[in-house]
Amino acid sequence: MIVQRKELSWWERLYIPAIISGFRVTVRHFFKKKVTMQYPEERWVVPEGYRGAPYLVKDQDARTKCVSCQLCEFVCPPKAIKITPPGPKVNKSTGNVEKEPADFEINMLRCIFCGFCQEVCPEEAIFLQKDYSLTGESREEMIYHKDKLLELGGTHQDDIMKWAKKNQEAKAQGIA
Amino acid sequence: MEALSEANSIQAILLFGLLKVVMVVAVLMPMISYSVMAERRISAAIQDRIGPNRVGPFGLLQPIADGLKFLLKEDFTPNHVRKAYFWLAPAIAMVPPFLTIAVIPFGSTLGGQNMVIANLNVGILFTFSVVSLGVYGIVLAGYASNSKYPFFGGIRASAQMISYEIAMGMSVVPLFMLVGDLNLGKVIEYQASGAWLIFKQPLAFIIFLVAAFAETNRLPFDMPESETELVSGYHTEYSSMKFALFFLGEYAAMISVSALMVTLFLGGWTLPFMGLDTPATTILGGLLHIGIFVGKLSIFMGLFIWVRWMLPRFRYDQLMDLGWRRFLPLALLNIVITACLLWITR
Repeated sequence: MIVQRKELSWWERLYIPAIISGFRVTVRHFFKKKVTMQYPEERWVVPEGYRGAPYLVKDQDARTKCVSCQLCEFVCPPKAIKITPPGPKVNKSTGNVEKEPADFEINMLRCIFCGFCQEVCPEEAIFLQKDYSLTGESREEMIYHKDKLLELGGTHQDDIMKWAKKNQEAKAQGIA
Repeated sequence: MEALSEANSIQAILLFGLLKVVMVVAVLMPMISYSVMAERRISAAIQDRIGPNRVGPFGLLQPIADGLKFLLKEDFTPNHVRKAYFWLAPAIAMVPPFLTIAVIPFGSTLGGQNMVIANLNVGILFTFSVVSLGVYGIVLAGYASNSKYPFFGGIRASAQMISYEIAMGMSVVPLFMLVGDLNLGKVIEYQASGAWLIFKQPLAFIIFLVAAFAETNRLPFDMPESETELVSGYHTEYSSMKFALFFLGEYAAMISVSALMVTLFLGGWTLPFMGLDTPATTILGGLLHIGIFVGKLSIFMGLFIWVRWMLPRFRYDQLMDLGWRRFLPLALLNIVITACLLWITR
């Protein structure tokens, strides 16, 4: 490709127009509003559907939704999730659920925020939330356990309330 | 104190000389670090950013943090460098600008002492001889680094600095034809009694200014560094305090040419009103003169920083063309014209 060079006039070859326009541009920007965001004090608005850190949620009755089916553990591509399920101890106060995890670990250093756990969860118990800056002083600290995950996850409004219905059925049959 | 300065013994000269050296260095070092700070803030503002504002109020302690960082970082010497020269180059790059400051009158008098470290009769010749040493640090760094980009940087620096020195030297000849003396103190006296030389020799000023940008390797003539093509030019292989020395040297060079421009063209420590153009008799007046000098210096430092973002870098051949085929003939023409005018008006 041959680029046609513009023939410069005598005035342009003195560099003076370039200097003047350069000065104009720099002065304009010097007094312009700055775009820098003062990060820890100012934060951007995290958009809906953002895939941040995965946390466990409770339903409106403050019941842990996870039933430790371990689907998320199996689907997790970097193997960041580790679930310790308990034995078949039935907790009748929480609606006759067979299982609840004894411990639920997510290694946030391994997590790739892919959202497979959220997608695969049959109980809608784990969600990718809006946290994007996770910090810790050691590797151990970056492994989030059940209590921390539940605390960070908050409450998820559950319209179906499957286990409440099961509880009612059990009561009606005189099992619970 | 009075008795000492009147006695004018060797001891007094040594003592006051030493005091002045300590004073100048004590002012110069913070000035360098704060001009780096100013550069960062002004650059940021021109690029719609805020710049460093976290360390101390308004980020004013940033230079101290930077200095500490440079001192504490690993001083890495790559295996492939020529060790002796590699260690020597930063020191050599740092010395000439500091030496230049020695002959510049930065104030009138303070406590009966002339505010110039060395009142040389050949002040300007000394300055040019020392400024021309500045190229060695860079060329040596380029050679010692023993890798491609620093070498290119060194080569470019040598050609560029030597070329522009000629235009720079020629541009000030008319000034000394007018003044009739090479002593920088005399140049200031001449300007105090008449108009500043920037008004009498505007062409010389423009040539000197542009050559100063080239001599200090600042944009638009930062060929030896040119980050976009040469990584970072002659100091690519340097880290830690050795890199900081190059940095200090660059800013000290900016300050020293600014000081030279203030002295040669803007009347040094004088202002043409309120009797500020005669040597001070009180301590306060002396300090005021130093303040005026530093103020004028800051204007030039601001210009250096601002121009960095105003103009794109020159291509190498354009740089050489500008130096040899535009400014050198113009400077020579200026000498001839000045000589003719002096001959006519004599």
